[in-house]
Amino acid sequence: MDAAGAEARAAKLATRSLKKSTKLVALDLAVSMVDLTTLEGADTPGRVTSLCTKAKWPDAGDDTVPSVAAVCVYPDLVAHAREILRGSSVKVASVATAFPSGRASLNVKLLDVRDAVAAGAHEIDMVIDRGAFLSGQFGRVFDEIVAVKAVCGDAHLKVILETGELITYDNVRRASWIAMLGGADFIKTSTGKVGVNATLPNALVMLEAVRDFAELSGELVGVKVAGGIRTSKDALRYLVVVNETVGEKWLTPDLFRFGASSLLNDLLMQRRKQRTGAYARPDDFSGD
Amino acid sequence: MAGELSSSLGAMVYDPAPESRATARLRESYGLFIDGEFTDPDRHSSFPTLNPANEEVLAHVAQASAADVDRAVASARRAHATVWSKMSGAERSKYLFRIARLIQERARELAVVETLDNGKAIRESRDVDIPLAAAHFFYYAGWADKLDFAGFGPRPKSLGVAGQIIPWNFPLLMAAWKLAPALATGNTCVLKPAETTPLSALVLAEILQQAELPPGVVNIVTGDGSAGAALVEHGDVDKIAFTGSTDVGRMIQQSVASSHKHLTLELGGKGANIVFEDAPVDEMIEGIIDGIFFNQGHVCCAGSRLLVQESIADDVMRRLIRRVEQLRVGDPLDKNTDVGAINSAAQLARITELTQFGEMEGATRYTSSCALPEKGYWFAPTVFADVSQSHRIAREEIFGPVLSVLTFRTPEEAIAKANNTNYGLACGVWSEKGSRTLWVAERLRAGVIWANTYNRFDPTSPFGGVRESGFGREGGRHGLEAYLDV
Amino acid sequence: MSDRLDVRKTYKLLVGGAFPRSESGRSYEVASAAGEFFANVAQGSRKDVRDAVVAARAAQSKWWSQSAYNRGQVIYRLAEMAESRRDELLEHVRRSEGLAPKAAAASVTRAIDRIVWYAGWTDKIAQIAGSSNPVAGPFFNFSVPVPSGVVAVICDQLSSLEGFVEGVLAPICVGNAVVALASESRPTPAILLGEMTATADFPGGVLNVVTGYIGELAPVLAAHEDVDGIDLTGVDEGFGDELAASAAGSIKRVLRPREGDTTLRRLRAFLETSTVWHTVGQ
Repeated sequence: MDAAGAEARAAKLATRSLKKSTKLVALDLAVSMVDLTTLEGADTPGRVTSLCTKAKWPDAGDDTVPSVAAVCVYPDLVAHAREILRGSSVKVASVATAFPSGRASLNVKLLDVRDAVAAGAHEIDMVIDRGAFLSGQFGRVFDEIVAVKAVCGDAHLKVILETGELITYDNVRRASWIAMLGGADFIKTSTGKVGVNATLPNALVMLEAVRDFAELSGELVGVKVAGGIRTSKDALRYLVVVNETVGEKWLTPDLFRFGASSLLNDLLMQRRKQRTGAYARPDDFSGD
Repeated sequence: MAGELSSSLGAMVYDPAPESRATARLRESYGLFIDGEFTDPDRHSSFPTLNPANEEVLAHVAQASAADVDRAVASARRAHATVWSKMSGAERSKYLFRIARLIQERARELAVVETLDNGKAIRESRDVDIPLAAAHFFYYAGWADKLDFAGFGPRPKSLGVAGQIIPWNFPLLMAAWKLAPALATGNTCVLKPAETTPLSALVLAEILQQAELPPGVVNIVTGDGSAGAALVEHGDVDKIAFTGSTDVGRMIQQSVASSHKHLTLELGGKGANIVFEDAPVDEMIEGIIDGIFFNQGHVCCAGSRLLVQESIADDVMRRLIRRVEQLRVGDPLDKNTDVGAINSAAQLARITELTQFGEMEGATRYTSSCALPEKGYWFAPTVFADVSQSHRIAREEIFGPVLSVLTFRTPEEAIAKANNTNYGLACGVWSEKGSRTLWVAERLRAGVIWANTYNRFDPTSPFGGVRESGFGREGGRHGLEAYLDV
Repeated sequence: MSDRLDVRKTYKLLVGGAFPRSESGRSYEVASAAGEFFANVAQGSRKDVRDAVVAARAAQSKWWSQSAYNRGQVIYRLAEMAESRRDELLEHVRRSEGLAPKAAAASVTRAIDRIVWYAGWTDKIAQIAGSSNPVAGPFFNFSVPVPSGVVAVICDQLSSLEGFVEGVLAPICVGNAVVALASESRPTPAILLGEMTATADFPGGVLNVVTGYIGELAPVLAAHEDVDGIDLTGVDEGFGDELAASAAGSIKRVLRPREGDTTLRRLRAFLETSTVWHTVGQ
């Protein structure tokens, strides 16, 4: 990987200009790709209830708005989220494996995953062992992913690389390959809990890895960017990178996700502006 | 699988996102900029300048005669003797800073003018040509009062009147490359823009007026080659700076051989972009694309010969063709366009002819399946595989969006092939092994070597060729030498 | 009068480290400044010039691939050789140029000191003419001076030794290989210095010295496509114009003599600037 080159490519793609119908389609697509997330120590059933409601009907006054892809919560709130979302298409994703640090024994991590799966999680967002990765124990990172995949059952596995701790693009690419070879259904940038979260160049590098993996294996692995994506402009830039790196096949919630919370309202505001021509205000939409 | 992937690439359709043509604020006709004023040409003759993307007339521009060139030179001589050579470097510096700022202020207008007149994508005129032109004036502004420290001895003198002839591929940027160092060092200028792309220089003339640059310090004479020839042959010009083809450069060098004119030449090239098996793959593919399709390949330093290590040649070709297929070709004013129009019918004919030779000589042609507009001058991005060194498309400068791919086995062979040309402007090297990159860079006969990047320009970085790519440098401290009597 | 018949010297060309007679088999008579017969000197031909260019081309990359430090030592070694044969040089300069012994001695001294001066330039020029350039972006960017390649030097016609040293050593010390046309009427000091390069560890072909008629040989060099640059110091303006026009055929770098020439101008005349960009990133 050449850092300057990757960053230059990402910056160039960021200058694409999406107008009119393209923008409308892209905004709706982005809404449908959101993993509406709450991962706080202060999370309560009440908080999760409002989040799930927002996930089903992002804009209470407009039923043309698609539902988001999933809500993402800690394992102990999975059952509650499933309950609220019963009958909707919105999936429940759960972080697991001693999220966000991953600093626990494999047994504890597997138990964490089993709990979440038993509670009904459709998707498991695991973290890789960055300590092992950065000390060169790639086999250990790989084995752990394989083990987690084995206990996921039908649940989809998203593997969080925590790119903000891997630092270099070479590491990001290598970690992407380890995760994909280990059985990841998705590779995901970040926990949202460290200083640097998703960046456009990191997403580019991961998408390139996903593309190359698909060419070799025929398997399509998804990509989830998480943390720090707050504006529609940011989101559309990611969609452009997806479009021009792996192509339209990935332009679906099955293969691309945004892990975010505040992004959704900005998408809704832009969406309304595109339709009505007038700028909307934040209070037009629920604050959840 | 691979086929499916490539067919799906970039399939999200982008609605047109055109920059407004009205931003250009073009006049119907332009005179010659002599002695600080737009004046009618001696013979009242003019010619239309076209938008190569649709063949519409943009404006009428004056055709300078030898008498007009003489007026311009006389004005420059007067300005040199009475104003510019007497002014302190610090004051000259402030004029250049002013010009730089004005270019920034009118950046969008200039970008649109450039795109209309040249056919290049607005993304490039907006993000490359115009910002770099401003940066060039900024850089040389700072030199004007520091020439004692430039390493050419104390109080280096200006040459006098500089005749500057620029090409059509980067019209404003080339004007900036010529004018900024010449003015910083105390010369006055007569600039001859290319026949097919005079407009941005004429907007620059308006900017010079707004900057209140003293009359005659810069004169701009538009016209065809005869105006350039009149400038080259003029007896009272001290310096000729030319950017263009090697053939014309050769004629100019011959023409000034019996005069005392100083000369610098930036001529053609057939740059080799060398890819080693340990190159950073995706960045390298982008670099190859930038190397040959930037500015429709109308770049003297284009990486028009791709030299790929044989061990990865198939993979590189596959990825390259997939990427070429993704290039958005079309309306240059659309912000999402990657590749714009060919600058002129003549250039299109030359590209077409040379690519026909490529096929006749047995190279394997791949051309993007992109749709081309019906009107205007267009050429779809093209890659030739299985090219050998004896093919014309591997030897002659095509100056268009056409890449010739050759292979090599060892670093030594790569260098031998890269240097197997009479040109020597630029080369690229792609590898993650620093020691080998530097080893290769030492052995390449080229004025500019890009390692893990391509087609980068900066006012602080000297640019120019060796051998038949010309002599003299533009940019950096080295660029001052071309305009100082040292 | 000595009762011993002296052994006269044959003055030959220096091409590729060897000392051939002209392939033409011709020689021409050189007279001293006083008008007496001085020597028969090889009359170089077009083919000799061609061979010299081939030798220079082959030698140049070797010369340039040596370290600058090494090149400095080789040139300094030439000064040592010249110093040890200064009496011989003095005699030739005196007779060639018609100087008084004192003036000839001073000229030889200046010439030798000039060789020392150029010896010291080899590892300085890159620091004077090179730079690192603060480009806006994630790149390390540096410019280094590199030699033009093969340089033809039409040497000063009057200053037989000093002019020769000045003409050939400036391009050689920055890494070029030289084909020198020595002063037509005063060639022997140049031939002597050429001989000394053979004992100064100059790789064969770095300096080639061809004697003969300038009017015949200079146009061959000016038109030769494998010559990268030409120094026209030794020809008059009109002939220089012709040669310069011919040199344009292959876009040669041309050095025309002028008042107040500085060393730096000579050093720069056959130097190119090569600029390397490399990305920076972790």
